[in-house]
Amino acid sequence: MILHAWARRPVFAIAMAGLFLCASGTGPVRAGELQGEAGTAEAAKAPPPAPRPSNSTADHSKFEALRGPFANGSEVTKACLTCHNEAGHQFQKSVHWTWEYKNEKTGQTLGKRNLVNNFCTNARGNEGMCAMCHAGYNWTSANFDFSKQENIDCVVCHEQTGTYYKTPTTKGNAACSIMFEGLKPIDWPKVAQSVGRPERANCGTCHFNGGGGDGVKHGDLDSSLTNPPRELDVHMSKELNFACTKCHLSKKHIIAGSRYDMNAHDTEGTGKPGLRRDVATCESCHGTAPHPKNQLVGFKLNGHVAKVACQTCHIPALARGGVATIVDWDWREAGKTKDGAGFSEETYVQGNGEHRHTYRSIKGAFTYGETAPEKGRELLPYYAWFDGQMRYTTIDTAFDPSKQPVPINSFQGSYEDPKSRIWPFKRMHTVQPYDKGNNTFVYMHLWGEDKDAYWGNYDFGRAIEVGMKENSRPYSGQYGFVETYSYWPTTHMVAPKEKALACHECHAKNGRLAALAGFYMPGRDHFEWLDWAGYLLIAATFVGVILHAMLRGLALCYRKEQKHD
Amino acid sequence: MTDDSIGGLIDPKHPRFLKRDVMIYSYYERFWHWSQAALIFTLFFSGLGLHGTHGLLDFRTAVKVHTVAAIALVVLWIFTTFWNFTTGQWKQYLFKKGIWPVIRFYAWGILCSEPHPYKKSLQRKQNALQSLAYMSFMVLVGPALWSTGVVYLLYDFWSHYPWAGEALTYTAFVHTAAAFIMAAFVIIHIYMTTTGKTAFHYVRTMITGYDSIELSEVEEAYIQETKTVPMKPSQVIK
Repeated sequence: MILHAWARRPVFAIAMAGLFLCASGTGPVRAGELQGEAGTAEAAKAPPPAPRPSNSTADHSKFEALRGPFANGSEVTKACLTCHNEAGHQFQKSVHWTWEYKNEKTGQTLGKRNLVNNFCTNARGNEGMCAMCHAGYNWTSANFDFSKQENIDCVVCHEQTGTYYKTPTTKGNAACSIMFEGLKPIDWPKVAQSVGRPERANCGTCHFNGGGGDGVKHGDLDSSLTNPPRELDVHMSKELNFACTKCHLSKKHIIAGSRYDMNAHDTEGTGKPGLRRDVATCESCHGTAPHPKNQLVGFKLNGHVAKVACQTCHIPALARGGVATIVDWDWREAGKTKDGAGFSEETYVQGNGEHRHTYRSIKGAFTYGETAPEKGRELLPYYAWFDGQMRYTTIDTAFDPSKQPVPINSFQGSYEDPKSRIWPFKRMHTVQPYDKGNNTFVYMHLWGEDKDAYWGNYDFGRAIEVGMKENSRPYSGQYGFVETYSYWPTTHMVAPKEKALACHECHAKNGRLAALAGFYMPGRDHFEWLDWAGYLLIAATFVGVILHAMLRGLALCYRKEQKHD
Repeated sequence: MTDDSIGGLIDPKHPRFLKRDVMIYSYYERFWHWSQAALIFTLFFSGLGLHGTHGLLDFRTAVKVHTVAAIALVVLWIFTTFWNFTTGQWKQYLFKKGIWPVIRFYAWGILCSEPHPYKKSLQRKQNALQSLAYMSFMVLVGPALWSTGVVYLLYDFWSHYPWAGEALTYTAFVHTAAAFIMAAFVIIHIYMTTTGKTAFHYVRTMITGYDSIELSEVEEAYIQETKTVPMKPSQVIK
């Protein structure tokens, strides 16, 4: 079974209800409601946010062009572009469209179109499934025409009915396609007329489900943020009710805050009003000295800003919203069958009560992590000095398999580097296939109707051979498994300030930053021999004065006795 | 002269010495001593907490306490330095001759009930060993502590320099080392207070300010007349 869990979409609800919860007859519901039925998480109980009042100067429901009828999404897009005649050109430059990012600083060509990851491993060659999260239509294979503006999907980001959904662009194997059948047809005019600025639910459609399911990838982005309580996220809860775009500002459809090129230490701060549209840093709103300057502790904390990312203290743990994240994935376990058919197991019950896959024949075995105090679970971030620059082990990069885990992405940073700060990460560990002869990663052919697709035949050899060949990559013909790490900078799920990390969480001998080397940290670090010498000096002084006092006492007694004589 | 009985008795050629209870430690001096003592204890205790020696204070509390106490102590020292120079009391800390007899006394003589080789007077409150100890406290251990402490406190103003990591390490090292030496000093200092006529004699002196000092008649008359220093009424029966 393939499932991209669609957090707020009927397809998600139906698939979840029909395939995982084994309930029957469940109609289309929103993700929040589904969680409410299944679990007890706070996030699920919170009332849904009131629809944001529109400040738009146009009521899209009154536009002639949006009356329809529309046969498909492309026709809606054409209608949008009759007025928004620059939007297409703008969007064609966006990574949401190109799935490609050229990093000028490292010279690396990144993006989903190219990269290997340590979840489902590669979107390339599996567009029939993966392009369900492409903001476009009809990307079925490597031959997608990026110049055709009618292929842009405007509504996935802008529609506000919550009834819109996307399905895989190709059919896939029968076992997979079944869950996308029988869906209620999309009411295109209604969807088109509802458009507005993107809400959390729009972005969350894909970004909450990265890695193949709710919360799988990030550990700080999952469906609990659709409608979070203040405890989970101070900015997105109903009090402030930030849309993602409040921080991820856009300019001509280019959205700030890509993890491909981060600013780990923003020294500019708020900038002049309205000027900064290229950053999504905390500092761009809170400034570079956000704690009370007239208090001792506030002053000290403002000093920390130079070396410690805001996220390090203000996001005290990962996956706090009742939705777990996958921390370990073992592809070696994939391909087991029962009576000749693939199967899955759901032995993990996450914070909100939902059952999660711990095994799937098509993907392997999963280990989850989350912070759910009532279940005694805690998932702490991995902390490291980070200069904002990710370097990727791409499909072209040969690595040394004797040095495992191989980093999918790596970064540098140090105490000395002014661009670096201590950041929290979700660190993902995976055992995944690689080309044993060339020591590179591989593109696997996972999705397809053909006999070579792994999600159907469970044969790594054929899936890799075809995946490499179709994408013109050299393949030695021998595959093995390699351990990998990927690092996901943590930046969402900002806790209320009273829940921020206490000083002693780090300023302690075995605190959270125990592993970070190269600098002296009070409370954590010691000069061992100096401590020994110091305590010894104090002890010796004590012994010295006690001995002296005893001698004085003895001498006095001696004199008294003499006097008596 | 209002009291001619004194004036008439003084014979400069044959000076007589009288024991009188004189306030040898002024109000300010005692305030300085005890507030410094309290601050140093506070600093040592909270410092050990920051260092991780004990876990009796939450790190945040320890930082607050340590910083406030440190700033208070620096202010106290600045003020006291001013006081020491304006009153001329700084001379008390100058090196004096006769340190060996004092060392010998504490090592040996004290055990044999020998008299202290040093005579306290108004102008010479401290013996040679005390002067040396306090002087080294004030010019070596003290400055090592407060200078590194101030540098430590202002870390946030220089943390952006590339050498900051190394500098912080050295600063912490010197600060910690000086704190240990200070601790040893304080232990000995407290022990030494028990070596007076009685175990609490010196402590009482430091609290009340009064000690029995041998005064020449001229000094006695001068103090009585000018009241430069408080002096208790004479116990001697006329």
